[in-house]
Amino acid sequence: MTHRYFPHTPEDIKVMLERCNLATLDDLYSDVPDNLKLNRNYDLPSEMSETEVRNFFKKLADKNVSELTCFAGAGYYDHYSPSVIPALLSRSEFLTAYTPYQPEISQGTLQYIFEYQSMMASLTGMEVSNASMYDGSTATAEAMMMAVAHARKRNRVLVSATVNPAVRKVIDTYAHYHNVVVDTIAEDNGTTSRADLEAKIGEGNVAGVIVASPNFYGILEDYTGIADLCHANKALLIMNCVASALGAIKTPGEWGADIAVGDAQSLGMSLSYGGPYLGYMCCTKALIRKMPGRIVGATTDENGRRVFVLTLQAREQHIRRDKATSNICSNQGLMALYATMYLSLLGNKGLREINEVSHSGAEYLVNGLTSTGKMRLKYPDRPYLNEFVIEVDGGDVDKFIADGIKQGILPGVKIAPDEILIAVTELQSRSDMDALIMLAKNTFAPNLTPSRHE
Amino acid sequence: MNREYYGKLIFELSREGRKGYKLPKHAVEGSLSDIPSTLMRESAPQLPEVDEPTLVRHYTNLSTNNFGVDTGFYPLGSCTMKYNPKINEEVAAMPAMQKLHPYQPEATVQGALEAYHTLQAALAEIGGMSEFTLNPFAGAHGELTGLMVIRAYHESRGDAKRTKVIVPDSAHGTNPASAAVAGLKVVEVKSLPDGTIDVDALRPLLDDTVAAVMMTNPNTVGIFESRIPEIAQMAHDAGALMYYDGANLNPMVGVARPGDMGFDVMHINLHKTFSTPHGGGGPGSGPVGVRKGLEKFLPNPRVIKRDDGSFALTTNDDALGSISVTLGNFAVEMKALSYILSLGNEGLKNVGPLATLNANYIKSSLNHVYKLPIDRICKHEFVFDGLADKSTGVTTLDVAKRLLDYGYHAPTIYFPLLFHESLMIEPTETESKETLDEFISVMAKIAHEASATPEVVKTAPHNTPISRPDDTAAALNQIVTYADLTQNA
Repeated sequence: MTHRYFPHTPEDIKVMLERCNLATLDDLYSDVPDNLKLNRNYDLPSEMSETEVRNFFKKLADKNVSELTCFAGAGYYDHYSPSVIPALLSRSEFLTAYTPYQPEISQGTLQYIFEYQSMMASLTGMEVSNASMYDGSTATAEAMMMAVAHARKRNRVLVSATVNPAVRKVIDTYAHYHNVVVDTIAEDNGTTSRADLEAKIGEGNVAGVIVASPNFYGILEDYTGIADLCHANKALLIMNCVASALGAIKTPGEWGADIAVGDAQSLGMSLSYGGPYLGYMCCTKALIRKMPGRIVGATTDENGRRVFVLTLQAREQHIRRDKATSNICSNQGLMALYATMYLSLLGNKGLREINEVSHSGAEYLVNGLTSTGKMRLKYPDRPYLNEFVIEVDGGDVDKFIADGIKQGILPGVKIAPDEILIAVTELQSRSDMDALIMLAKNTFAPNLTPSRHE
Repeated sequence: MNREYYGKLIFELSREGRKGYKLPKHAVEGSLSDIPSTLMRESAPQLPEVDEPTLVRHYTNLSTNNFGVDTGFYPLGSCTMKYNPKINEEVAAMPAMQKLHPYQPEATVQGALEAYHTLQAALAEIGGMSEFTLNPFAGAHGELTGLMVIRAYHESRGDAKRTKVIVPDSAHGTNPASAAVAGLKVVEVKSLPDGTIDVDALRPLLDDTVAAVMMTNPNTVGIFESRIPEIAQMAHDAGALMYYDGANLNPMVGVARPGDMGFDVMHINLHKTFSTPHGGGGPGSGPVGVRKGLEKFLPNPRVIKRDDGSFALTTNDDALGSISVTLGNFAVEMKALSYILSLGNEGLKNVGPLATLNANYIKSSLNHVYKLPIDRICKHEFVFDGLADKSTGVTTLDVAKRLLDYGYHAPTIYFPLLFHESLMIEPTETESKETLDEFISVMAKIAHEASATPEVVKTAPHNTPISRPDDTAAALNQIVTYADLTQNA
């Protein structure tokens, strides 16, 4: 009976059962029909000590090839992670709290969510932010449903072909079950085809248009006029952006978007094999009542002090039940705290510096890789920030990646048999990039004389 | 918890020229000047400028105005606020797990895939299911995924007219909301006075337009639905599937399995039953399990074990689609696996019984001063319908707020909707008899105060960092950013 997580002594159990007028623990389940009871042990391992648990995970961890120099991105980036953040996140007052339903004893959580909302709204150039969402893909799907709910009878959403295809799959799944029709806006040399957008939006019934910045190929698209086009057709413009990039690039607010969504993993969060990350959603004040998720607002308490509460809860699933257009009932609390601390430490200058260094690093790498003669930038006339697509002439991207891993380098993400998506952040040193260039030469152009690229 | 209100915002500590970072030595001189200026930000974001010590002190002070499971007893019904073991945090933060990119080649993530597969198999054993996906990010996300599995199943049989889901009127608010998001219409079925589903009212609702019956067992009043085999039989005879909302799984751990009760699809909240921290609202994890025959409908990607013992990520066309890019909140999943290993068979066997014992102990100790609408053995939680003596005008909200003064988190209040003054208490198995005894005496004391000095209770809390906030003003003024705050000042 005794386990280090259970405080009950045999004497406690006896006294407690007596209070309930019961004789045994089994009596607590007299209402469960016998044939439904398991009446055996689970087929699971026996109780482990901490040392055994640690060893179990150590053995698993040893089967991974980890701590590679990471040039992989495709939505998730290896950025500098300040050590104070995990230290503060592990404070149990933050870690072991529930959703802040009782504001009198939850000001810690409520206040950092307010800070988070403030920072994300400013970063995206929007007026309001919710308290965060699961990840960028589900936040984008939620934005789609928000647009459809806002449009009432129109249920068609246009998604640019340059949106991350993995995010697109999630959009398509939600759309299928939520009776939303999704059409693709064709791609034009790595960017959203304006002609196709105009044609498709002209067909009518469009509730929303979803585009990305930087797009899946790392390209910064020129969205001049797109917001007006959407609004002229009563559609909402939804922009999916890499959070970190917004420290430098034109914001959804500046483009005239109605909803900004995306993943905030790029704000220094561990790659952690896919999660937890952080989805964000910001919008115009006009749309606040249509926005899913928690929202924290400032008010006063009975003593007139400025305090923070969950607000506009009438929007939410536990009130609206089957009238709801979102079933979101939590946020990604601790990860929102992560983003808040990261943005506070880096500030505007730090974010800008990261984008500058990453961009210049990417240019250096593009020059080096293309100098092999076997690799080409796929969209040479499109501006990129810190990620780009390289085409390999008759080359085998799988082999490039496999060769890289042998040297402790993850060269990028394969997006076609002869195309690789490569990202650079502030964490890759010049020697890391030179190593990748050398690897490319050895894999694809072994006969070329290696020369140091400047 | 610090009962002095801290109350400052990080923006108010900002001073121009301070910074809290230093980037690694640059590979090359950084510049963005070659990008057309039309593609660049016009105005800088309004972010604070703070140094590291200032930031650390700010968030440390902020945290002291927060209440967590480690701070004190958290009897929040349906939320299963059990102890969050520290070893879980340690193993989930191992660099060889934490530094994996989600698009690394399969051969380089064998340990991570094995961990995922091990946990899904353990949950399948505990749930009595065939296979779990761990991809859903939260309980509500799990519900949505589970309902999508059900729709994919009916679609695969070309049965397009099944567009309804039957939900008891005592259901968690997420159930009907998840159904609506999954494109299903909700039909409510009434509960009997004892809180259980009205089987006679259910029977005529079960026709060939019903996709699923969605239930939690024990239900939201903490009562085990003993007629569940009959209900499952009726649903299956009508061609519908049975969905198990795992929010209330904790009392069943070690005792009975949803799969054996006749459920076809279920979700589990790892942040409830399997001890991963709630984190002030997330990240959670809501794995979804299915019975044999439904595995192929689980979302992409799936993790399978090959015959040679290696692990692979797979996708298939029968799947409902994708509800996440990768494998969900992976680090949270690792914490749950650590918990299952730490408890093992011997420990898991006692989770349900001890959680149930704790709930019944509180119920039996307070049913003379609080109104107990359903006087039966409960499972992990139970509901009082406010104070026994209603003449004082002291409400459930007042009792909840007064509990904060005495150092407890409040129970869940005004849910379920079956009673006007619901006060839903769930103690979990990790609370000691001493803690429960102290809580019981405080609850009794508040009942006494309600008649002796009702104003003290009605104006509670008095001993918390802040007093009751003005919710109406918050909704009216919509001050939701620091920019709003400074404009209003």
